[in-house]
Amino acid sequence: MRKRLFAKNYSPFKPSPLAAALSYLALGFWALVVLFPIFWLVVTSFKTPIQVDTGPFYLPYIDFQPTLDSWHYILLGDLQNDTFRNYGNTIVVALTSSIIVLFMGSAAAYALVRFNYQPRYATIGLFIVCVGLSIVAVLNGVPWQLAIVAALVIFFLLWQTIGRRFKAALSNNDIAFWLISQRMLPPIATIIPIYVLFQQVGLLDTQIALIIAYIASNLPIVIWLMRDYFQNVPLELEEGAAIDGASRYRIFTSIVLPLSVPGLVATFLFVLVFAWNEYLLALFLSSAKAQTLPLIVAAQNATRGPQWWYMSVLILIMIIPVIIMAIALERFIARGLLVGAVKG
Amino acid sequence: MSRREPLQVKTSVQGSPLIEEGLEPIPTTSRLRGVAARTEGVANAVFIGPAIVVVLMFAIFPLIVSLYISMSRMSFVAGGIDIKFIGFDNYNKLLFGSQKTHLLGLSSDVPPLGWVLLAGAAGLLGWGLLRYIQAKYFSIGGLIGRGVATVIVLAGVWLLVQTTLQAPGRPGTLSITLIYVFAGITFQYFIGLGLALLLVQKLPGRRFFRVIFLIPMMITPVGVAYMFRMLTDFGKGPFTPIWKGFGLGNVSWVSDPWLARLAVIIGDVWQWTPFMFIVLLAGLEGLPVEPLEAAVVDGANRLQIFRYITWHALLPVSTTLILIRMIEAFKIVDLPNVLTNGGPGTATESLTLHSFIAWRTLDLGGSAAVAYLLLLVVTFLGTAYVNLIRHRAVEAL
Repeated sequence: MRKRLFAKNYSPFKPSPLAAALSYLALGFWALVVLFPIFWLVVTSFKTPIQVDTGPFYLPYIDFQPTLDSWHYILLGDLQNDTFRNYGNTIVVALTSSIIVLFMGSAAAYALVRFNYQPRYATIGLFIVCVGLSIVAVLNGVPWQLAIVAALVIFFLLWQTIGRRFKAALSNNDIAFWLISQRMLPPIATIIPIYVLFQQVGLLDTQIALIIAYIASNLPIVIWLMRDYFQNVPLELEEGAAIDGASRYRIFTSIVLPLSVPGLVATFLFVLVFAWNEYLLALFLSSAKAQTLPLIVAAQNATRGPQWWYMSVLILIMIIPVIIMAIALERFIARGLLVGAVKG
Repeated sequence: MSRREPLQVKTSVQGSPLIEEGLEPIPTTSRLRGVAARTEGVANAVFIGPAIVVVLMFAIFPLIVSLYISMSRMSFVAGGIDIKFIGFDNYNKLLFGSQKTHLLGLSSDVPPLGWVLLAGAAGLLGWGLLRYIQAKYFSIGGLIGRGVATVIVLAGVWLLVQTTLQAPGRPGTLSITLIYVFAGITFQYFIGLGLALLLVQKLPGRRFFRVIFLIPMMITPVGVAYMFRMLTDFGKGPFTPIWKGFGLGNVSWVSDPWLARLAVIIGDVWQWTPFMFIVLLAGLEGLPVEPLEAAVVDGANRLQIFRYITWHALLPVSTTLILIRMIEAFKIVDLPNVLTNGGPGTATESLTLHSFIAWRTLDLGGSAAVAYLLLLVVTFLGTAYVNLIRHRAVEAL
């Protein structure tokens, strides 16, 4: 089935002229549904506030005189500094977090395909108990450095004594399921402790905080998508390289990764878009310096009511790069997602 | 183990005469090689370690702390936090106390339609249970699990019919989230499937449509929310003449509860239909052609082909897609927050938004409790879906 992934002739019917006409009608309708909101966005960005408020005008030069005022205000005027700061933040945060998470997730996905792990229930249980103990200790006033050290010592002692006696263990599939199922976690359920944590170490409102948060939230996607790609890399190639003396790392970076470029591209685009568009985590973790674009868009809903004209410009400059990338890489996206979806 | 062994044996060739003779085809700098060679034995830990650490630190650890916060009264004070354990008070308040109408909604008498829906759901679930009891793979554990799931789902349906159907009733954030998820996914799936079926035909210009249809997925949800706020504006939106023509000039989308919810659902469908569409289309294009040709030879019509071949072949992809969208849809927050501010009142508040608003009003314990309830709902539905529907669909193939 895999081999046929892009067979061009699935549908044996060549549509009759009538069917083709109806199809075009339906497709055209949906294209209109998709494009009209974007068209309205573009039109609004060239309007003055008065033109927006006095009723709907549709076509520039025909029923209203377009102006570049809003564009000027956002890119060169009062908002210039905010715009470029947030744009820079978005680029840095999205790119850095996506590259790191792609590498980290690919390594984990590769490991889950090629190595054997057998973590014991006893070890995991002990670990959770120790983490719980140290949390309770910290919340009751013990300094956190002391609590961590104490918990680690207790963990190693118990692990080496009691832990060794229980043999029941998990398998690779369990680990993979556990990692991937983290995507089910609503971010709101974890964000308060993360907020407190970043506050304590002084990382609130920095790009690093957002990068870390996005890595954590996108990691499951990368592992899920890349695992299937790596399963398809022929083992013989890796064995050959191993015979020639290449290390594990060398095999991974020189053979496995280059062979999986389509999957990497699709996955990268996916996590990049998630990080680029993310709103809730950014809202929690950044207040001024590290704000990203979605926040500045939302901020245009000021006390005087939503400023449609500025918002439209901001949304446009925010979505243009992503849309261009998506159009250029459209084939990769479909394929990359499908491979993940078939195997789950 | 079987996969690892051949590699292990061969990596031990390192340092053998073969390599000293300079036959190694992939040269590396000596220092890097040294590091690589020394950590080769723990390569398995090096590969997966970072991912495990990140998940432990930023998912599991916060989750445990969150559980504790949800059972305490917490506030920010100068130089740190003040936290006091109060047991289940926060949950109590949400499920039975002052916050009950916010989370669960206000119930009213159930109209006949509600009873019909409830009976229908009960009948369907009961039939499923009955079939399971008669099935070959029956087990007591499976029956208990299915029984519990049935009861919980029925309770959910009961909550929905009580709060949504008649006037004094008002859905709480839990019902609203469920409505968003199920209405959104239903529309997304069927529109996406329809578009995919249209575009798999040999039509000139289909690549153009493919690319166009992909766009909404790439737009930030905040942007989508504002776009739809502009479009649904009755006074200055582009459809104003149409509304006026229908005599609706004075109605406002964002002040009528159901219209506001509909606006959120429309925005969500607009944004996420492409995801369904693009994967279903790729799935369709990957299907084998032989069964179709055989069916055509046997004289099957288009409807029969779709019903008996295409639909079945697409089931695994479909169920996975719905699972992914379900997981993501439960987190919905940007759209209602920006489109309607959760209003009018709390009519469009999702669970995440509910939790966020509690956080903003500094009810940190309550916020964590709402988030935990959301986690419970997502985990329950996700697990039930995977075990009861998805496995069967994938195995059936």
